[in-house]
Amino acid sequence: MKYLNHSKVIQRMQRRILINNLFKSLFFMATTFGIIVLAILLVQVFTEGIDYINFDFLSNRLSTVPERAGIMGAILGTLWLMAVVIPVTMILGVGTAIYNELYAKKGKLQSVIQTNIANLAGVPSIVYGILGMTIFVRSLQLGSVVLAGGLTMSLLVLPIVIVSSQEAIRAVPGFLSEGSYGLGATKWQTIKNIVLPASLPGILTGTILALSRAIGETAPLVVLGIPALLLPFPGGLLDRFTVLPMQIYYWTLDASLVREYANLASATIIVLLLMLFLLNSVAIIIRNKFQQRY
Amino acid sequence: MVAREQFDLELEAVKDMVIKLAKAAKVQLEGSIAALYQSDVDKAQQVMEADKELDQLDLAINEASILLIARQQPVASDLRKLIVAIRTATDLERMADNAKNIARSAIHLGNDHQLEIHPSLADMRDVAFKMIDLAIEAYKKEDIQLAKKLSELDDLIDGMFGQVMEELLQMTATNPQKIQLVMQMAFSARYIERFGDHLTNIAESIMYLVKGEVYDLNE
Amino acid sequence: MKIVTGLTNTAQPEKNLRKVFNTEDLNLWYGSKHALKGINLPIYEKEVTAMIGPSGCGKSTFLKTLNRMVELVPNVETTGMIHYRNQNILDKSFKVEELRTKVGMVFQKPNPFPKSIYDNVAYGPRIHGIKSKKILDEIVEKSLRGGAIWDEVKDRLKDSAYGLSGGQQQRLCIARALAIEPDVILMDEPTSALDPKSTLKVEELIQELKTDYSIVIVTHNMQQAARISDRTAFMLNGELVEFTDTNRLFSNPEDKRTEDYITGRFG
Repeated sequence: MKYLNHSKVIQRMQRRILINNLFKSLFFMATTFGIIVLAILLVQVFTEGIDYINFDFLSNRLSTVPERAGIMGAILGTLWLMAVVIPVTMILGVGTAIYNELYAKKGKLQSVIQTNIANLAGVPSIVYGILGMTIFVRSLQLGSVVLAGGLTMSLLVLPIVIVSSQEAIRAVPGFLSEGSYGLGATKWQTIKNIVLPASLPGILTGTILALSRAIGETAPLVVLGIPALLLPFPGGLLDRFTVLPMQIYYWTLDASLVREYANLASATIIVLLLMLFLLNSVAIIIRNKFQQRY
Repeated sequence: MVAREQFDLELEAVKDMVIKLAKAAKVQLEGSIAALYQSDVDKAQQVMEADKELDQLDLAINEASILLIARQQPVASDLRKLIVAIRTATDLERMADNAKNIARSAIHLGNDHQLEIHPSLADMRDVAFKMIDLAIEAYKKEDIQLAKKLSELDDLIDGMFGQVMEELLQMTATNPQKIQLVMQMAFSARYIERFGDHLTNIAESIMYLVKGEVYDLNE
Repeated sequence: MKIVTGLTNTAQPEKNLRKVFNTEDLNLWYGSKHALKGINLPIYEKEVTAMIGPSGCGKSTFLKTLNRMVELVPNVETTGMIHYRNQNILDKSFKVEELRTKVGMVFQKPNPFPKSIYDNVAYGPRIHGIKSKKILDEIVEKSLRGGAIWDEVKDRLKDSAYGLSGGQQQRLCIARALAIEPDVILMDEPTSALDPKSTLKVEELIQELKTDYSIVIVTHNMQQAARISDRTAFMLNGELVEFTDTNRLFSNPEDKRTEDYITGRFG
């Protein structure tokens, strides 16, 4: 006795293929929706801003007169911010990841810490702003300077760096460290010689992606009282500063007063997008170049 | 529990072939001695013809065992079973050759040799029969107690053989013209005695099969 | 009636041999799972000792207690004693790093580091403080020769170890273990990931290494144990069922469970 009635199977075939195609188009539409919206946004930004980008715009100080306004200060501020965020997150983030993955005893406490770190990544950025305001600006009396902003941003992206570094470390196959232990290496020798080199591409990729989030954030800096209108260039960690997203924010706010501010904002968006694009490219290059197959 | 059922069946098949060969060897001995006593040259011819089948069976046992060794890579008792099968088949084949030689003697003696075949040959044959049955039983059951009895019976055959030889020697003195015929009888006695030796070898093989150690039952 | 020959034992009589390891009533738990039950097993000098048994019988666990690699697994507890050259290595004061320079290990899957062939072999000597390029060069060559792979790699020492075939990688890993000049080499199913030809090559190598090192090998392949070892231990459910001369174990084992296992009646 046959369980499968082949004529029935053929009858239903048409319908099954139809449903199959239906779902395929559904998922395709979902994908195109995002792409179309992004394309519209980009086209708008580019048509408004591309004509305003020139050497003067990039190298001038800020000015209320649109024709003379430049974003050199904000670019420098963003670079200074990166200069703080990169070392702080690398040291704290990778250190935490190593401890959690390789030293901490697996247990209740460890899983509580783990869950908290993951949750911290989802805390609204403005909350970090308030935290930074309380600790760095007020308690430590740093004021609205590069160091305060950088530390606040570091706190904001630290969970991302920790989680991605932990994943990179976890991805290093156990048999590699076993091979090292088997030769009489200590834990630190194994971490330094085997685990870190193997996980470095993953750690760097995560850090760079976190960094691009840091330079695109505005909300925490608003809370910290970072000004948008600032004439002097920042020259050190304890100087006041502004960053590209702040610049965009204020120009967009004031676009109703001066029509051309909207164009300047768009031009700045293009510059910021370029920087993000560059950073992400670096991340991809690093990942491809150093990726090891075990 | 992995049973290796197929392998066990094949081992059993080899064992059955060995037992079949043993029974056939007994039939050959029976036929050749009967031909001797009845001066039946035809019967002797039949025995000689039938020996070819026994040789075939011996070959078949060898081949089946070698294939199983090659394909199943047996160890320990499995390996011993196959080695013992090969060895036992060789002993049985030699026994059958001895039966064939007795048949040849019967042909040499011819239809009317006017000579009384020594009655002790029949007695020796009976002991050999008993030994074959015992050996088959011991091999079937892998029973070392039965196997040990075989060596006792072999001593009995050896004793009978000595007795027969002495009497035949006297016969040559009284019937010098029949010396050729008496010698054929002496050969036959010798061939039956060889049965006992091979059966003792088989007993040793069975003990090796069970114990995994090599014994010498002749000591 | 007498026994003409017993089995010719290839392994020397125990009393003439020195023990590198001796375990006394060794018990091990993974959490609540009793994985090793009262193991008393000596490992003799310059012999190949094979550990066989069905999966989960504890043979790999036993191997890993000998260099305390088993401690990398969380919640492991051991009782009893493991003497290595008359020192109890389970003693908390005994340094695992010291133990592991004496007791090298080769793993189931070839696990070269993502480094050059040279750096793989030099890894051990380097972590133990050898910096001189000249000495390292000598160690690397000697070890690669010992691992029977020198001729195949001598012209590409700076190439990545991942460019080697699986069998070559495993011999590189053996060379890497030799570079720390160990006393004992533990091998955890070293050929299970290799093709038959590479397997034979590694087996041959093991036979050669026997003259200088004591080797303990865990294997799933009984024919392999039969081919290369002097003594074989059969384990079942965490117990040592039988430990004897390999010739005897594979031709005439004493225990019914050993017989059933090696003839494929279970496991």
